[in-house]
Amino acid sequence: MGAMPVNYYIFLSLALFCIGIVGVLTRRNAIIIFMCIELMLNAVNLLLVAFSKMHHLKNMAVDATAGTDGQLFVFFIMVVAAAEVSVGLAIIVMMYRNTHSVDVNFLNRLKH
Amino acid sequence: MFHIDSMKLLLGFIVLWPLAGFLINGLGRKYRSKKAIASYACSLIFASFVVSVFAFFKVNSNGGEVIHYFDFIRVGSLHIPFEFQVDQLTCIFLLIITGVGLLIHVYSAAYMKEESQEHYGRYFSFLNLFIFFMLILVLGANYVIMFIGWEGVGLCSYLLIGYWFKNNEYNKAANKAFIMNRIGDLAFLIALFWLVNKLGTVSFSEVFQAQNLQRLSSGDITIITLLLFVGAAGKSAQIPLYTWLPDAMAGPTPVSALIHAATMVTAGIYMVARSNALYSLSSLSMNVVAITGLATAILAATIALKQNDIKKVLAYSTVSQLGYMFLALGVGAYSAGVFHVMTHAFFKALLFLAAGSVIHAMGGEQDIRNMGGLSKKIRITFITFLVGCIAISGIPPFSGFFSKDAILLAAFEHNKILYAVALFGALLTAYYMFRLFFLTFSGSFRGKPEQEQHLHESPPRMTVPLIILAILSLVGGFVGIPAVLMNGGDRLSAFLSPVIPIQTGETVSHSTELALMGISTLAVIITIVIAWLNFRHYRMKEEKGFGKILENKWYVDELYEQVIVRPIAWMGNFFSSIFERSVVDGMVNGVGRAVQYGSRQLRLLQSGQVGSYVLLMVVSILVIFIIQFFLRK
Repeated sequence: MGAMPVNYYIFLSLALFCIGIVGVLTRRNAIIIFMCIELMLNAVNLLLVAFSKMHHLKNMAVDATAGTDGQLFVFFIMVVAAAEVSVGLAIIVMMYRNTHSVDVNFLNRLKH
Repeated sequence: MFHIDSMKLLLGFIVLWPLAGFLINGLGRKYRSKKAIASYACSLIFASFVVSVFAFFKVNSNGGEVIHYFDFIRVGSLHIPFEFQVDQLTCIFLLIITGVGLLIHVYSAAYMKEESQEHYGRYFSFLNLFIFFMLILVLGANYVIMFIGWEGVGLCSYLLIGYWFKNNEYNKAANKAFIMNRIGDLAFLIALFWLVNKLGTVSFSEVFQAQNLQRLSSGDITIITLLLFVGAAGKSAQIPLYTWLPDAMAGPTPVSALIHAATMVTAGIYMVARSNALYSLSSLSMNVVAITGLATAILAATIALKQNDIKKVLAYSTVSQLGYMFLALGVGAYSAGVFHVMTHAFFKALLFLAAGSVIHAMGGEQDIRNMGGLSKKIRITFITFLVGCIAISGIPPFSGFFSKDAILLAAFEHNKILYAVALFGALLTAYYMFRLFFLTFSGSFRGKPEQEQHLHESPPRMTVPLIILAILSLVGGFVGIPAVLMNGGDRLSAFLSPVIPIQTGETVSHSTELALMGISTLAVIITIVIAWLNFRHYRMKEEKGFGKILENKWYVDELYEQVIVRPIAWMGNFFSSIFERSVVDGMVNGVGRAVQYGSRQLRLLQSGQVGSYVLLMVVSILVIFIIQFFLRK
């Protein structure tokens, strides 16, 4: 890992994020949108981990714990994301029960 | 009894008793009988009068003093205390206000008895409030306190002119008085601010100190005095602000006597006399005061020649006499001006009250063309009115002679032309007063028969004040009897000398002074004889030519209507109908419409499509990024 430049991680994360955005924008299926959101979230997580590792490698000599807080952060994000997923999926299930569809464009009632 | 700080207590009582009367009568007007209202009002003014007499004797023996009550304004370096100043000048005014005020209160009690109880209470509460403010005006030790009283009497004047508020003409007269006074008040205020700006003080004792006066440039003094004079002209009905006073006759007659003849309208004279230290330093202002006063005196006298309303004649006569007082002030004879204020208060209050008695006898008729021959029917009114006429015309030994003569003499010493014009005005005065007198009392009755049946002398509560005032008009002049006629004369000037320094200029010789007196007396007597020949047997006839112009008051009201009222009304109309509607409303409605239109367009964005929201979000974030990275440098 030490050999791989941080650029790669950035590009990968950027690609994942863009895929996520495009997915959110173009798809109408709620589950797929949801997955795409997760993709974006994880792209950011990946970036966090990559930068924290880079930081750690650079400042190891001065401070043994440098950069570890970024990785800790990622765990927190994962926990919150898991909770969010459970809520989101529950909403989608309820939505399917009520409308027999998971099409988000179907859900414009609040407008009226 | 008054051992703590007796003057402080005395002055407090003088002022607070009328205020108490105002509150008692004003608040309890629905629950108290008319008798109770009148007795409260009169007795409180009487109490005030008694205390004023005490104060007078105290000042006479101890001299004037300034009494501090509390701090009124204390902002930064500006410090305006609530102080009363009682000195010789104030004392004279205190006695006039409370004394004449008392007589007029007593008279009013009978004159207004046909009013309903509630309005009766309202009338007396206003009258008491007026006395209160007038006392504040003359007692104030600085211009701000004076201004409080100044505004207060203006308010009471408004309230009492419009006392019969169901008549809209009267309301208009009240408005006219109030608005014209406002013009003067504004000038007064500016003068006040000017003083604060230049000296940082408005207290009389400080402003008139020699070193403070030296700090003012001559331009400052001229401007301040001229502005103060505009204020005085508004209150005291001088050209060009005099037209409200004749209209103010809409109020009840005792009100005309008290406010619009004896006291309030002399506030301007009081103010100028009080500020004599300032005025004496500006010859320009003095000349303006003298010429305005004289012009007003002549103009009003000519108008009075042809008026047919008994109160209007007296009103113009008041304007004219006020003009004389300003002439006296303008030629530096301040004490002569104050002397004339005093005698005028006596004989003009007398004339108004007698006129009220005539109106009362005639059952509300005010047109002298419909009177005549009243001398037999209302004997006391006739005699007292005659005394008033002689006094105002200036025949010795009546009071008006001495005060008018003092003014004429001062004018003679100052400028012979002023003297000649003033003497001419004095003859006009005698002429119109005796025209009024003969039209009212001599010849045969010209009114309706039922009015003739109704003719009766007024009750004692009205005639007693008349008799007292007649006696005062007869003997009131002796306090100022000139030195040439009596050893130890000029006592009024000597009394006033701590406030108004005696002029030590060139004086005319005694023989000239006596000759002038003889000339004016003789001329006045001749004028009265001419009036007698002309108006002994009056026939009603249409006025034409010059007489018509005079009857219509030189068309000054019409001129003001055309030059001032119409353009302002037009402007107001323009602003309300065009400017307001298109510009102001246009702006307000335009903003509203723009917001409505914009939001209608923006509403389309809220489609409810989640995708479009997200797209907008992404696009916006991209835009922010672009700005952040590429454009912000």
